[in-house]
Amino acid sequence: MKKTGAQILCESLVKERVEVIFGILGGAILPIYDTLSQYPQLRHILVRHEQGAAHAADAYARVTHKVGVCMATSGPGAANLVTGIANAYMDSSPVVAITGQVARAFIGRDAFQETDITGITLPITKHNYLVSSAGELAETVKEAFYIARTGRSGPVHIDMPRDVQTEEAEFVYPAKVNLPGYKPVFQGHPAQIRKAARLINSAKQPLIIAGRGVIMSQAYAELRELAEKAQIPVVNTLLGLSSFPRNHVLSFGMIGMHGMAYANMAVQDTDLIISIGMRFDDRATAITGEFAPKARIIHIDIDPAEIGKNVRVDVPIVGDVKNVLGVLNKEVNVNTHSEWLATLNKWQDEHPSLEIREGEEVLPQYIIRQIYEATQGDALVVTGVGQNQMWAAQYFPFIKPDSFVSSGGLGTMGFELPAAMGAKVGRPDEMVWCVAGDGGFQMTIQELATIAAENIGVKIAIINNGYLGMVRQWQELFYERRYAHTKLWNPDFLKVAEAYEIPAVRVRRRDEVVSAIYKAMDYDGPFLIDFVVEPEEGVYPMVPPGKSLSETMELPKPKKVSKRKPKTLARS
Amino acid sequence: MEATKYTISMLVEDKAGVLNRVASLFRRRGFNIQSLAVGGSEQPGLSRMTVVVLADPAQVEQVRKQLDKLINVVKIVDLTNDDMVARELALIKVAATSSTRSEIMQIVDIFRANIVDVGSDSLMVEVTGDEDKVDSLFELLRRFGIKEVVRTGRVALTRGAVATRSDNKKKGGN
Repeated sequence: MKKTGAQILCESLVKERVEVIFGILGGAILPIYDTLSQYPQLRHILVRHEQGAAHAADAYARVTHKVGVCMATSGPGAANLVTGIANAYMDSSPVVAITGQVARAFIGRDAFQETDITGITLPITKHNYLVSSAGELAETVKEAFYIARTGRSGPVHIDMPRDVQTEEAEFVYPAKVNLPGYKPVFQGHPAQIRKAARLINSAKQPLIIAGRGVIMSQAYAELRELAEKAQIPVVNTLLGLSSFPRNHVLSFGMIGMHGMAYANMAVQDTDLIISIGMRFDDRATAITGEFAPKARIIHIDIDPAEIGKNVRVDVPIVGDVKNVLGVLNKEVNVNTHSEWLATLNKWQDEHPSLEIREGEEVLPQYIIRQIYEATQGDALVVTGVGQNQMWAAQYFPFIKPDSFVSSGGLGTMGFELPAAMGAKVGRPDEMVWCVAGDGGFQMTIQELATIAAENIGVKIAIINNGYLGMVRQWQELFYERRYAHTKLWNPDFLKVAEAYEIPAVRVRRRDEVVSAIYKAMDYDGPFLIDFVVEPEEGVYPMVPPGKSLSETMELPKPKKVSKRKPKTLARS
Repeated sequence: MEATKYTISMLVEDKAGVLNRVASLFRRRGFNIQSLAVGGSEQPGLSRMTVVVLADPAQVEQVRKQLDKLINVVKIVDLTNDDMVARELALIKVAATSSTRSEIMQIVDIFRANIVDVGSDSLMVEVTGDEDKVDSLFELLRRFGIKEVVRTGRVALTRGAVATRSDNKKKGGN
């Protein structure tokens, strides 16, 4: 039977088991929206800015391991998706973005709300399509979902001219895709795995760096088996947090620019790095020339192009982490590495890296730790970018698999609120904490309307220091405290919340922190806490830009702090 | 590491925007294209692209892998170290007077090139060969006054057994 392009799209989305679409409509996508209302199984969540749709779909995809879907109209609508698509691309999040486009006859004529959006999204998508007829639509959707979720997952964009949406064609949803140029590798090469096992079995001081690939492949058990069987300590990249329980005796926390001092020391001293599902991002490695100088490197990744891109690798294994570890674990010998583990534990004692000062002032670190205590780690933590993100990463010990959502690669301020929304929609039965900065919060603040309208019960913790805090910290350390344009005038966030009919409290004293957190958790629905925190608190440890992991700066001792911060001293 | 010329041959799907995807990837990753030639292949629906890149060995490995990630790239091989035949074609319009015409024709003859158009004050020369041959001819003709030149860029195939067919393609792996 013949169907319109809009119907074919909706039927195809149903075939792909899509449950939620985040989007906003406009002229060039009206036929799709008109048809969408006839498909109640496709829940549409009307966001208030397209960037929010893309971030929500991205976070939804991360926490459900399904493909997230966002939708927008042509021109400005599509262009507003771009940051969100770029974010999903950098963090390999499977998203299908669908945009309306002007009718075919108008393409290339600078029509109203026309943008060459496939030209724009080309370098920030895994693949994209400008659909030229309704007849090719079903195949396109099938391919888009397949490409988005398989191999190294990522965003795929489908641009649909308005008249393709109304054009009729036979609807047959293809059973298989035909993509001769796309054959992701899932199984690791056996000879490479054997080589890796030999290196692991002979290493004196091996170290696992677990990245987001472990979470995407849901290889928690396999990672744990490898670590426990051979007694190999595990450190994480930022997005690898929650791939390995932080309370495990073999867990030594995050590495990198704001990693634990002892974790960075482990990297610099290890003789064998087993990097699993991570891509040697510069925030994790610091300068690559002096990264892990004593180590040989085994790199397990599903994307062959990641091998050798940033650091030289001794044994590459291309494949899905779960499959590769499944085979590798059988060939790895039982081991103890007791001396190496003792060294790491000693370093951890000597360089605890995480200390929360006593006192009255509301410290961000304390807030994060109290959210952990109140939830006992049974929460999804979604962060913004900057100091709030780093404190969440450092002070929330992630023990529950796949419980951390953050913008790692692109570092998108404003990710937190729409992403928390998407995460909560994806896992409605779980507690979702949105850790926001006061700067980033205002970048996507309009999604409070979506949250209120849809009653999406996210708990929002604004770490309000009145600064673009991470930038301020760089100005403090590297620009002689010249705080150019980092001080923020903020609105009254309680009044903002009130306007959106979201209950909220403000916290100005440390002894109010815990009760506010419980108040938020006990409330059935969205809740906002404005934590007015110490304005010039810094994130430590820190590896200064351009330095190696060996030059990790630790939390300054109180005396040093007081010298740099006379204001703080006066008050305490 | 020293940058050298690498010859990469690709089979790509003959679809709208594929050339843009390839070119965009080179730009965005900062790879340097020396020449790019594209045309039909022996297989319907597939085109063959020959790209010459100036790169060091690690870079060319990245080029190859990144190109391989493009969905429309069906097969990619680095022919540089293979036994290949590489050719380019150039059309050279050279100034010619009654006194220089015969000398030009002799040079063209030596290079086994062809005169493909004769004008009142110029000749058009068609030459096929590797870049060195084209360069040499160009140098010799320079003193007569070169009016216009167009070069295709390198096209290449391996000798003997077929290397870039989609049916013996191997993606990914180690």
